[in-house]
Amino acid sequence: MITRRTIFTMHRSVVSIRTSILSLFFAILVGGVIIAAAGYSPIETYATMFRGSLSSKKGIILSLTQATPLIFTGLSFAIAYRVRLVNLGAEGQLYLGAMAAAIVGYYVQGVSQCVHVSLALAASALLGGLAGLFIGFLRVKFGAQEVITSIMLNEIIILFTSYLAAGPLKGAQSVTVQTERIRATAMLPVLAKQSQLTIAFILAIVIAILLSILLNRTVTGYEMRVTGFGRRAAETGGIKVWKIYLLTIFISGAVAGLGGASQVMGVNRRFVEGFSASYGFSGISVAALALYNPVAVVFSGIIFGILRAGAMTVSRTTLIPVEFVSVIQALVVVFMAAPQLGLDLLGIPKNLFRIGKQLVARRAGSAEACHE
Amino acid sequence: MLEMQCITKRFANTVALDEVDFQLHQGEIHALLGENGAGKTTLMKILYGMIKPDTGHIVLDGQEVVMKHSTDALKRGICMVHQHFMLIPAFTVLENIITNYEPTAGIFTDFATARAEVLQLIERFAFDLDPDARVESLSVGEQQRVEILKALYRKAKILILDEPTAVLTPHEVNNLFEVLRLLKSQGTSIIIITHKLRETFAIADRITVLRDGRIIETGILPADTDTHGLSCMMVGRQVKRIRPQRHTATREHCLDVEGVSLTEGGIKKLNDISFFVHKGEILGIAGIEGNGQSQLLEVLTGLRTPDTGRILLNGRAIEHGARSFLANHISHIPEDRLSMGLVKEMSVEENLILGYHHGEAICHRGFLSKKAIAAHAKQSIDAFQIKTYASHSLVRTLSGGNQQKIVVARSLSHDPELMIAAHPTRGVDIGAMEYIHEKIIQLRDRGKAILLVSADLDEVRFLSDRILVLYEGNIVLTSLPEEHTEMELGIMMTGGSLEKERDQ
Repeated sequence: MITRRTIFTMHRSVVSIRTSILSLFFAILVGGVIIAAAGYSPIETYATMFRGSLSSKKGIILSLTQATPLIFTGLSFAIAYRVRLVNLGAEGQLYLGAMAAAIVGYYVQGVSQCVHVSLALAASALLGGLAGLFIGFLRVKFGAQEVITSIMLNEIIILFTSYLAAGPLKGAQSVTVQTERIRATAMLPVLAKQSQLTIAFILAIVIAILLSILLNRTVTGYEMRVTGFGRRAAETGGIKVWKIYLLTIFISGAVAGLGGASQVMGVNRRFVEGFSASYGFSGISVAALALYNPVAVVFSGIIFGILRAGAMTVSRTTLIPVEFVSVIQALVVVFMAAPQLGLDLLGIPKNLFRIGKQLVARRAGSAEACHE
Repeated sequence: MLEMQCITKRFANTVALDEVDFQLHQGEIHALLGENGAGKTTLMKILYGMIKPDTGHIVLDGQEVVMKHSTDALKRGICMVHQHFMLIPAFTVLENIITNYEPTAGIFTDFATARAEVLQLIERFAFDLDPDARVESLSVGEQQRVEILKALYRKAKILILDEPTAVLTPHEVNNLFEVLRLLKSQGTSIIIITHKLRETFAIADRITVLRDGRIIETGILPADTDTHGLSCMMVGRQVKRIRPQRHTATREHCLDVEGVSLTEGGIKKLNDISFFVHKGEILGIAGIEGNGQSQLLEVLTGLRTPDTGRILLNGRAIEHGARSFLANHISHIPEDRLSMGLVKEMSVEENLILGYHHGEAICHRGFLSKKAIAAHAKQSIDAFQIKTYASHSLVRTLSGGNQQKIVVARSLSHDPELMIAAHPTRGVDIGAMEYIHEKIIQLRDRGKAILLVSADLDEVRFLSDRILVLYEGNIVLTSLPEEHTEMELGIMMTGGSLEKERDQ
């Protein structure tokens, strides 16, 4: 049944989707200009890109595989941002979660796959969450801005995990800095044969739905939203804002930690130094494009997954590197942060058209004057 | 001298101004009256170049002018003193006045010339201001004088004042009016935006009334009308203002405040304060902002724990924390509705449960019952006549008066024993004000206690059964409303003493 209410919410989401689509469109457009400046045909490049990521089953699987960690980190940033905490620590939390999964995946033995996988995931969520909680603690207790502390903590955590992987936990046969291979029981079941697309992708979607329910249906979620939109109103309404901050940043860190686990238990099978292709920071773009809505994060994560998978194809045939995707990511953030910029750009052709029409009219007018 | 012709302005799908004509004569004080949302400020912002009108034009001294930006208006001698002052707190008075209009000597600011000019202005208007004082150290009235000086320094021919008396004490209002009369005598034209009728009669030469973006009547001479006539024009219907019956029914205390002190940044904001509120009584707290009201409100709503002292509700101490105060049926109309009272980006129905969202009807095992929330919203919207498109509309889409109704509805609909009402009608129109007053009085008549804090002395005197005056964190006077005149209360509010005044 379509009530006034559903129309109302539909209208609201259409308005926000419009901003997202426009931003993506402009990011790809400006990205095209950059490709052209680099001496390649933008149309051909984009065509290769989307052909690579969408035209085959393999491409689609690759896209979704790429999307998986992005959905986790996107959710991590989005949920924290809903209470207006800017958690830039997803990268570090991701590494910590990955290390936790690698440790549990290797040292725990003799349990079934179900138990082992659950244990490893739980450990990664817990460690990622604790890393988040530490940032929250600094904010709540000392008023330290999480923007700074979270980004500084990244370095500490990443270097610490590198130390572990290079020293005490280094794989016996490894030449590079990495841990022992995790046991088969700790591997995530794959969704498609001969691929790295695992149930982590499903898990990401489930978490997105759970977060959505948390935000919109529960008292805690209500308190989170009030805190995010109006901290003073929350305090006046008897909400313990510090509790909400701690809880939210714990969840945020835990989700990022799961993203790390998904890479260890599904792709690399071990903790490898520097394994993250900047997934943590890409999460910001993913969340921004989704307007911090958990369910929308799934879709925007997939979009960025498609772009990444496509960029991989392109980088094989041209000199355009995979990192080109980060240009588009950055542009998306710019256009999302400044929706007016996009609209103004849209206005340029219209204005040119108007000026052109005026010129034509003027010329026609002077021609008439000549005739008379 | 100035004429605005056929000004129309639409915002999204509402018409803010509908073919408005307005004339201003040389050297007159013109009062622009209207309820909130009537379009007064919009009209003036158009004149000041801050908003572009959809249609219509402005004729100044016989010439049509186009204001693209407020700098255009300033160039033509049109200055506006906004409701919220546009001053830089860390700058001195002199620096604030000359900012953007610095006289220069080479590449340097010529402070000597500027100072001489400003001092001359201060002297001419007997402003009693130190040009080297930092603006943050000045009182609100003094800051307003700085704003006016700024306009004079820029050689204003037309001065627009947006609700200039809203933040002033009665004494400061008198001072302001003297300055305005002096300016008028020197040929400046003044437009004063207000909804206070008494002041309109005190100062205006001509009056224009706006309602719903239309001119109801323009160029009214004060002699041709009275307050009743004007308020009917503003509201569009008959207004009745019957002073509520005073209550002295019970002697039972609802709230006891015992020896509460609070120090903030080394300053004693509340100094060993003790008072009580009877059941069925409205206790008004008068005082100029910044004399401890905010701190008292925070203490009484559990947002702050006092350094010393106790707060008892019906003889029992309350566990600290805002949530426990709310749970103990102490409801709260916060002083700043937009930041403390409401969440603009959330819906009406969600705002109506804020602070009560743990209630049994709404919350089941941590999950919110959407049905219960919607039902509660419907009830409140009906009972309080909140004008909204739907219960799930965002609060920011509502007018100020209706937003305040949400806050009032929320604080009344959860069975309060004591209501802490801070500026319950600030910034709302006459219609909503009447309504909110009525609801507060009804609550009192049901035997509940109300503590009213308001910057509006009229409101305090109108509603209260008893009045306390707060000055620098001390209660300097306890009085019945009829016992002291407005002037006397004003003296107490500024730290004077009644005996001294009487001696003079």
